[in-house]
Amino acid sequence: MAFKAGVITFPGSNCDRDMAVALEAVTGEAAVRIWHGDADLPDSLDFIALPGGFSYGDYLRSGAMAAKSPIMRAVVAAAERGVPVLGVCNGFQVLTESGLLPGALMRNAGQTFVCRTVPLKVENTSSLFTQAYSEGETVRIPVAHHDGNYFADEATLDSLEGDGRVAFRYEEAVNGSRRDIAGILSENGRVLGMMPHPERAIAPASHHAMGGEDGRRVFESVIKALVSA
Amino acid sequence: MKVRILVRLKPGVLDPQGRAVHHSLEGMGFDGVDDVRIGRMIEMDVVDGTSDETLNTMCEKLLANMVIEDFAIEKLEGEKETA
Repeated sequence: MAFKAGVITFPGSNCDRDMAVALEAVTGEAAVRIWHGDADLPDSLDFIALPGGFSYGDYLRSGAMAAKSPIMRAVVAAAERGVPVLGVCNGFQVLTESGLLPGALMRNAGQTFVCRTVPLKVENTSSLFTQAYSEGETVRIPVAHHDGNYFADEATLDSLEGDGRVAFRYEEAVNGSRRDIAGILSENGRVLGMMPHPERAIAPASHHAMGGEDGRRVFESVIKALVSA
Repeated sequence: MKVRILVRLKPGVLDPQGRAVHHSLEGMGFDGVDDVRIGRMIEMDVVDGTSDETLNTMCEKLLANMVIEDFAIEKLEGEKETA
């Protein structure tokens, strides 16, 4: 099956190539690279990834400028049609700034840039992005961010929890996120934003990618869902 | 027309930067500081007659993040720039 994934590159993105490499490794198909200034997405994309990095130099707020770039209008429209969208790290910040996901990512509570592999609990194992994980499983995926401190008001947090929209939760103190939230799903479950980098954890540690392989199943989940659909 | 926009974290939103600066001030011996919160000031030159509605929309859609921030708009009409 041809699986057509697109990776958006903003000025200042720096994990776009990693994301494309990971997608190709998992899907066997080269990902389409898309520039932020394009007004339209290529036809019939099966999946869109917003990569990590420092889009627009993190000017104003992380992800704020990228969220208003021409391509994001097309990404929002595609997400509304149900095209799966994954935002990692800066991509997660872009998703909250664009309104596709609730809340905001603030400066880490400890003020420092956090760069290490962290344990995560997979909280929802039935979503489009997490169904290849087992219930209650702990996985280890790298984080690398300065603004990963997830904030939303109590009512929003309660509704995220109540609707099973918390996909991943930190199992140790990382950045001060409310309720240790590391990744959340959109209301229709077709959009996932997460601070940890699954694209850096797609091969065993003996491989050149040193992050382990716990992130691989994020991509495998989506493929499995789309193939069986 | 010159417009000055103050963007501030909403009350109740933890400000790690402000807290760190508070710590530094205390470390320097300034012990009369109860709280520090850090915001952002944006100055714009806009066409005379730009409506409040337009300015508000600019703030709501880009200059502030309404999930965590409030903004205040101050118009500095006729005020000469002082270097």
